[in-house]
Amino acid sequence: MTLTTERQQSAYVSSQAADARVNIELETEGMTLNIGPQHPATHGTLRIVVRLDGEQVLWAEPVCGYMHRGYEKLCEVRTYPQVTTLVNRIDWLGHFANEVPFILAAEKLMEIEAPERAQWLRTVFFEMARIANVSLFLGDMGVQLGALTPVFYAFRDREYVLNLMEAVTGGRFHPNFDRIGGLKEDLPKGWVAEAKRVMTRVQSFCDQMEDLLMGNEIFDRRCRGIGVIPASVGLEYGMSGANIRASGVDWDLRRDEDSPLAWKHCDWKVWTHADGDAFARYWVRLQETREAAKIVVQLLDGLPSGPIQAKVPRIIKVPAGEAWAHTENPLGEMGYYVVSKGGLGPFRVKIRSASFNNISVIPWVLRGVFVPDVITILASLYFILGDIDR
Amino acid sequence: MTPLSSAADEAGTGSAGEQPTGGDGDRPSDSTLQQLVEVLKAELGDAVVGSEVSGDDVWVRVEPGAWRQAAEACERRLDMDYFCFLSGIDWLDNPDLSGEKRWDPEGATPKGAEPAGEIDDEGDDQASEGTYGTGVAGGDTRFQMLARLYSTSRKIGVTLKADLDEADPRVASWVSVYRGADWHEREAWEMYGFTFDGHPGLRHLYLPGEFEGHPLRKDFPLLARELKPWPGLVDVEPIPGDESAEDEGDAKTLAAATDEGG
Repeated sequence: MTLTTERQQSAYVSSQAADARVNIELETEGMTLNIGPQHPATHGTLRIVVRLDGEQVLWAEPVCGYMHRGYEKLCEVRTYPQVTTLVNRIDWLGHFANEVPFILAAEKLMEIEAPERAQWLRTVFFEMARIANVSLFLGDMGVQLGALTPVFYAFRDREYVLNLMEAVTGGRFHPNFDRIGGLKEDLPKGWVAEAKRVMTRVQSFCDQMEDLLMGNEIFDRRCRGIGVIPASVGLEYGMSGANIRASGVDWDLRRDEDSPLAWKHCDWKVWTHADGDAFARYWVRLQETREAAKIVVQLLDGLPSGPIQAKVPRIIKVPAGEAWAHTENPLGEMGYYVVSKGGLGPFRVKIRSASFNNISVIPWVLRGVFVPDVITILASLYFILGDIDR
Repeated sequence: MTPLSSAADEAGTGSAGEQPTGGDGDRPSDSTLQQLVEVLKAELGDAVVGSEVSGDDVWVRVEPGAWRQAAEACERRLDMDYFCFLSGIDWLDNPDLSGEKRWDPEGATPKGAEPAGEIDDEGDDQASEGTYGTGVAGGDTRFQMLARLYSTSRKIGVTLKADLDEADPRVASWVSVYRGADWHEREAWEMYGFTFDGHPGLRHLYLPGEFEGHPLRKDFPLLARELKPWPGLVDVEPIPGDESAEDEGDAKTLAAATDEGG
């Protein structure tokens, strides 16, 4: 087990020793507490059953399924273009980003590639979905810890990004815009200039969050050293995205995989943090939002001209085969394993969503923590219920 | 990135995949992926039933008895530290489930309705032959395990598969190798009815405790579709800038079908 910092080591040891200590020192009656399914910290309807000894958690067990919609089954009775409508609703804050890996998998099977301009615009919308998703986390984490102000700023500035999405796609939450072989529409007039203005706003929003929360003593005390997840444990549980980068794993699919999307044309940085605690997870996401805004501006500056849709048959039939496509979504690695038997719709779609793996670490990480820290850890792991209960 | 072995590339690996183009970025080359397969073959011996390298994907199919050894080999020999997912496939061809995909236009429109009709035929053929397909997209038995592992240091991943016995789909649990497999195995247990030997507690994850049946099996009916066929099949959107005569013909037949069928 690699524990990189002293802080990480001490937190790890104390969390492991905690329930043993409780049992030896205090002979108290345990209590079972239900957190959720309606608790604000659960971002939807996740229920966590925790067994308490005083204020300390002996064990915790997440109960999912309150919102399971059976998308994997439903995908089997849709045609390929219809599937994007469903998958939009998996991570509902990172709407567009859900569509991209599915479309990439279908394009892989059909052996077609979208034109250059479409790939660049996909990347633009993808990163805007990331901003729309993560900016809410940046504010929400404050609310969970008792700071009400940040979330209002987050909703305000997120709104500008959603307005941009609406101007292009017509949908604020569910754009359903990605198509096999390209995109549905090109940009409206004047959109690029407006988008760049909004990205400046996003940057100043990130500065604002940093001013409000970083260095705030309460925030610091409640996040530092809380919920430490060592890299090896996180990886074993399949944690991905900012959560694992906050544990010091320098791994980002945008950079490390040869994706047809346009990240390779941009100058940006993958941020990691060595501590692996709640603070690190917040900090990494804050930096990532900044990088996302940077990527969007760079892409809009160099946007190639040309068609946005490759020639595809009117009725899309995908040849038999299997394809796996994954991308670095706002919540982590999202992938689709698409099995086609040749036909109008997929034979089997395995949806690998990030939050499902990210929260499977909860029973491990909550052992021995105190009840208020449960909320910090849940907030910092940042999951979307639709991404757990697909 | 570090290739699996810096030693000589093997020539003529016989893979159907293309050579990497341009050599840009970190994309693993075919020979790297082929070496990955060789490592697994050396570790597992005859338990490797088949493998395929195509593009940047690797599939390795193993005997169900070697399922856990495959994970262990990946973890120890190939530095696969990241558990991606674990699930299953049911290769049974079920015309009831894909009902709307077999939308039969003959009743609705007199001519030119081959797109949907073809699917109909293919589906029937496969069902009547009673096979589950061959090659990568297919299995020798009805049920198949499907899992993916990834190495964050080497930046390569592998898809592992195993054909399971239809009467008693059962493999060894991966929880002792990858703790993240816990929830995924619970999901596969309730959705497909697979049993995982050595799992610490197979119980429902998504479904309520008294739920009967395995919803992702192909013979589990999707009730909403049993009652009313999916109307979305004929909803084919026009593609911008695509105005060839043939396509317009298609659009008209489809429109006509919608009207009459609707």
